[in-house]
Amino acid sequence: MAATETNNRPNTDEGGMGYLQSLPRRVVTVYLPLLIFVIVLLFPFYWMTITAVKPNLEMTDYANFNPFWVVHPTLEHIRYLLFDTSYPGWLLNTIIISTAATFLSLLAAVFAAYAIERLRFSGARQVGLAIFLAYLVPPSILFIPLSVMVFNLGLYDTPFALILTYPTFLIPFCTWLLMGYFRSIPFELEECALIDGASRWQILTKIVLPLSVPGLISAGIFAFTLSWNEFIYALTFIQSSENKTVPVGVLTELVRSDVYEWGALMAGALIGSLPVVVLYSFFVEHYVSSMTGAVKE
Amino acid sequence: MLPAAALLLVFLTYPLGLGVWLGFTDARIGRPGIFIGIENYEYLWSDAVFWLSVFNTLLYTISASILKFALGLWLALILNQNLPFKSFFRAIVLLPWVVPTVLSAIAFWWIYDSQFSILSWALQQMGLIDHRINFLGDPENARASVIAANVWRGIPFVAITLLAGLQTIPQSLYEAATLDGASRWQLFRYVTLPLLTPIIAITMTFSVLFTFTDFQLIYVLTRGGPVNATHLMATLSFQRGISGGQLGEGAAIAVAMIPFLLAAILFSYFGLQRRKWQQGGGD
Repeated sequence: MAATETNNRPNTDEGGMGYLQSLPRRVVTVYLPLLIFVIVLLFPFYWMTITAVKPNLEMTDYANFNPFWVVHPTLEHIRYLLFDTSYPGWLLNTIIISTAATFLSLLAAVFAAYAIERLRFSGARQVGLAIFLAYLVPPSILFIPLSVMVFNLGLYDTPFALILTYPTFLIPFCTWLLMGYFRSIPFELEECALIDGASRWQILTKIVLPLSVPGLISAGIFAFTLSWNEFIYALTFIQSSENKTVPVGVLTELVRSDVYEWGALMAGALIGSLPVVVLYSFFVEHYVSSMTGAVKE
Repeated sequence: MLPAAALLLVFLTYPLGLGVWLGFTDARIGRPGIFIGIENYEYLWSDAVFWLSVFNTLLYTISASILKFALGLWLALILNQNLPFKSFFRAIVLLPWVVPTVLSAIAFWWIYDSQFSILSWALQQMGLIDHRINFLGDPENARASVIAANVWRGIPFVAITLLAGLQTIPQSLYEAATLDGASRWQLFRYVTLPLLTPIIAITMTFSVLFTFTDFQLIYVLTRGGPVNATHLMATLSFQRGISGGQLGEGAAIAVAMIPFLLAAILFSYFGLQRRKWQQGGGD
């Protein structure tokens, strides 16, 4: 981590001119606003967690219990969620759909990015640009026509409806990321391989892919997170309770008329967020650098 | 190349065309439509709810984007300082952006609850207000609430990308400017801002696009209510097209978003070009 830090900023002595600021001034201009930012940004998570383990009695009785704390933490809501609802099924659906969509997109994106970057067919630049523009087409424009198509193809209310439509926003993004990675692999390596008699396929699998593992990982994480978070397609294309994904299921099934199971809702939101947060915390440096890299292009 | 092209053609280009076509038909769920020309658009043109949703979308996009930009830039400038636990802070700051929008929106829903809102309670305890705030029930409050939730979610993205931009600015420029007697504000105005402009343009294009087409947050928090005060074009399109079954009309609303999106893209694109040219860069 320290190594990347210094790489990002060559010829800077740590801190720049920071030493010119006095401590009280730094407290006011840096630490205090930072503290407020962190509190505001994290409060909803704290609130989610605390609600998830709060007994119903404490949750609605603000007069006798301080709402910011929990006196008798309970696992009742989580137990209810895991054993009395279809939540585990939704979780499983989401995992299957996200994984399948991610692999499908990565596979397609590798070929596309390699072709655009290295085969240099005529119009490669334009295709690259078109792929980028495709990323900018938002799902909220596409969901109505897609729902017609999904219906006509007989995919309505099946996981395939989502597995096949998620790549529409995943492929452009992954391709864009991978193009950047492939560009950084020196041409000479491929030329050497060509002279040694390797075919295009061998070059791709034996030279380019092993070298772009970091790129593949970050593209994969991105794709997985994006499909995990997807909502509008899942809401539109899935009807029956047992095929729903976590975001849709939590919202549509756990909210029954006027009785809000807040504890269970929060527990569901929390557990549904955990996988992406865990995944993300392992690869946070990758994530930040590739996100900024992708935007910088 | 082929698999990606095929998938994108089938599931992206074709639906886009189909969507435009549907906008010109009277299709309903379970019944293919017939061509009815621009009737859908004529209807929408005279539909007050549609215009309200356009107004809401613009208000939502503009105010949320400005707030996101201002706060995000501020946060980026703070994080760019030499802080202890720097990477730790960067990691937590990104959290709101990573968790699924719907799930964090549910948390906001609970925070904005009309009876048990923690915000109302806290403000009441501090003696700032004397009755509970009806966050999502009152049109004005509901608008402010959804914008606040959107800003909360959008700040991390803006902050982290701008931070990456800030880190590419060499310290020596600041040192030189300081020697020339520049104040802190001048440092920011004449060194940081010009060098940051390209990345600001890209970041804000993305941010505007995603805010403009936002659906999830509104759907969870208000479903467009109260009295359509928070209906965005995307949610209206869903309500009319899927819940209401009027596919043609829903598609027409969705298509009506495209000109706005193109305008946003072109605006930032040309803004970017102009900057490059001013800085003497080629291309």
